[in-house]
Amino acid sequence: MSMNQTAAEEIKADSQAPAYSDNRLRHWLGSRWRPGRWVTVGLPYFWLLLFFFLPFIIVFQISLAEPQIAQPPYTALLEWVDEAVLQVRLNLGNYALVVEDELYRAAFLNSLWVGLVCTLGCLLIGYPMAYAIATAPERWRVPLLMMIILPFWTSFLIRVYAWIGILKGNGLLNNFLLALGLIDEPLAILHTQTAVYIGVVYSYLPFMVLPLYANLSRLDMTLLEAAADLGCRPWRAFLRVTLPLSLPGILAGSLLVFIPVVGEFVIPDLLGGPDSLMVGRMLWTEFFSNKDWPLASALALVLLALLVVPFVALQRWQSRLEGER
Amino acid sequence: MASLVAEGQSGHTGQGAQEGLAAWQDPTAKPYVRIAGVSRHFGEVHALNDVSLDIYQGEFFSLLGGSGCGKSTLLRLLAGLDTPTRGRIWIDGVDVTDIPAYRRPVNMMFQSYALFPHMTVEANVEFGLRQERMPKAERAERVGEMLDLLHIGELRKRRPDQLSGGQRQRVALARSLAKHPKLLLLDEPLGALDKKLRTHTQFELVKLQERIGITFVTVTHDQEEAMTMSSRIAVMDAGQIIQVDTPGAIYEYPNCRMVASFIGSVNLFEGKVFGREDNDILVAGDDFLVMRLRCLQPLSLGTPVTVAVRPEKMRLCPECQGPGDNRVTGRVEDIAYLGNVSIYHVRVSPTQVVTMTLANMQPRTEQMLTWDQEVTMTWSPSCGVVLTE
Repeated sequence: MSMNQTAAEEIKADSQAPAYSDNRLRHWLGSRWRPGRWVTVGLPYFWLLLFFFLPFIIVFQISLAEPQIAQPPYTALLEWVDEAVLQVRLNLGNYALVVEDELYRAAFLNSLWVGLVCTLGCLLIGYPMAYAIATAPERWRVPLLMMIILPFWTSFLIRVYAWIGILKGNGLLNNFLLALGLIDEPLAILHTQTAVYIGVVYSYLPFMVLPLYANLSRLDMTLLEAAADLGCRPWRAFLRVTLPLSLPGILAGSLLVFIPVVGEFVIPDLLGGPDSLMVGRMLWTEFFSNKDWPLASALALVLLALLVVPFVALQRWQSRLEGER
Repeated sequence: MASLVAEGQSGHTGQGAQEGLAAWQDPTAKPYVRIAGVSRHFGEVHALNDVSLDIYQGEFFSLLGGSGCGKSTLLRLLAGLDTPTRGRIWIDGVDVTDIPAYRRPVNMMFQSYALFPHMTVEANVEFGLRQERMPKAERAERVGEMLDLLHIGELRKRRPDQLSGGQRQRVALARSLAKHPKLLLLDEPLGALDKKLRTHTQFELVKLQERIGITFVTVTHDQEEAMTMSSRIAVMDAGQIIQVDTPGAIYEYPNCRMVASFIGSVNLFEGKVFGREDNDILVAGDDFLVMRLRCLQPLSLGTPVTVAVRPEKMRLCPECQGPGDNRVTGRVEDIAYLGNVSIYHVRVSPTQVVTMTLANMQPRTEQMLTWDQEVTMTWSPSCGVVLTE
């Protein structure tokens, strides 16, 4: 994400100085062979090719196969039936099943729903936090940021397990509420969708806070003074100045939360119940329990397609916002 | 536009042309802004210390001082962006000390301009009017009026980052004038412009102020700028106001060494009073220099004083020597040729170098003074100012 942002800024800077970038391009193309340059530019592409594009092709190929009890547990797409006949078998049934089956459709919808709710949750909690840190006195900022980042030093899995201890029937939360006399009997939170929301918002909050902080700390506070000077009450100044100027940060944070949450597996598996049906869990079940690799691959690719659409749309919107700036 | 200009004619008393008496000289005039005993402390730092100041309607008032003298703090207190530690502020007879910025009849032009980067020029100018919930048609009319006033109509759809420094300055000015404030505060309004544009804009700003008749209070560290634009100047130092007066009076009759040396360049001679003749006193300077100066102040013999003489008040001897003129002889050490004038540094004693400015009435090649030439300079008794502080 941050790489994308800096890249976008560079592009923006370039477009502001077209003559310069034109010269630079010519210089770059015309320059003599410099291995260092090619390695620097090539390495990330090589990395993407090796660890993103190749696996993607393999998964795509598996998704068009049929499951079989063998090693590997799926059929080959290309098969010599005769010495001169190469047979191609493309099975689109997996995709048909994923799209048509009620269960899968419900899982996708619920995943998107959880992603949406948790992104909003992170935004509502994370925005005030980021704002408070960004406007805190200089010497407080680093300690406050550390407090956001510190939980990352513990394993993600352990932190989610800790939530079981908090949310379970005789866990910390219920005992606390019982002791206060607010409730008479323990609340059933663990193994419900609510527990998933809580766990996800907790785990992904830093992904929202950090980009928002980066954005808000660059906000020119004299703009708010100017708004006040022009008769704007503090709350309206926030709506008319701070909020629109922090949109790129909101978008960046939302993408960072939404995309991984939709495919989240660990949190719904540990904290969720039978009602918290999510694609990540379905995928896991198909892959490990049912040993249906082709169906699991099809699920993964449909999920990817679902996520790429909003991602590209938001990314374009964001670059347009940045471009206007 | 019409309303603005009409207001200007009725309210414009700053230059005092109508009554023959400037507002600040008229004991019956009511100050438009009254700052009474205002202090602002930031922890241990006393940014402002017991400042009192009256500003009258229609004035172009400048707060002048070096950085950290408290001038910007005072402006922010007037805008309501900060509250004083002690003291009260009245604007138009209302105690505004505890009124927040968004409810004051005051607008400010920020040093950085603080234009909203996500809004067009038009939306920036309209911003304050929207907060007033002015009807749309009226708003559009007012925005048009402001854009015309500052000749930026063709920029209305641009965003601030598509504007040059001078254009931004105009937009910021249009935005701060759009609500027809009774008092406009300008924080280093020309600070971000290059020298040529700055000089041009100085005159424009004064013309604009005369036309719309709003009271302007501006903050600047540039004494030339303050001299050009202001009806009155308050010279500030270390959180206090040192002298408040018209540009001419500040320049010709500074009340202390600090003001004399801050405004323009000046020659300072240390000495002691040793005699009096009619309206003149005689000062024995260090290095056996005897000076005769116009001074109506009763000063007892032996009082240590500083004599301030502006470089341009010095003339070459024997060009035009009046009776009783002061003379001093020295050797030319440095010459700075500025085109219209030349500045000469003349060493008159081992410890004192006198600066003299002479207009270059002849082409440079025919200049009369060269390095190491011995010259005698002269100035009349009324050209020196006797300072005791």
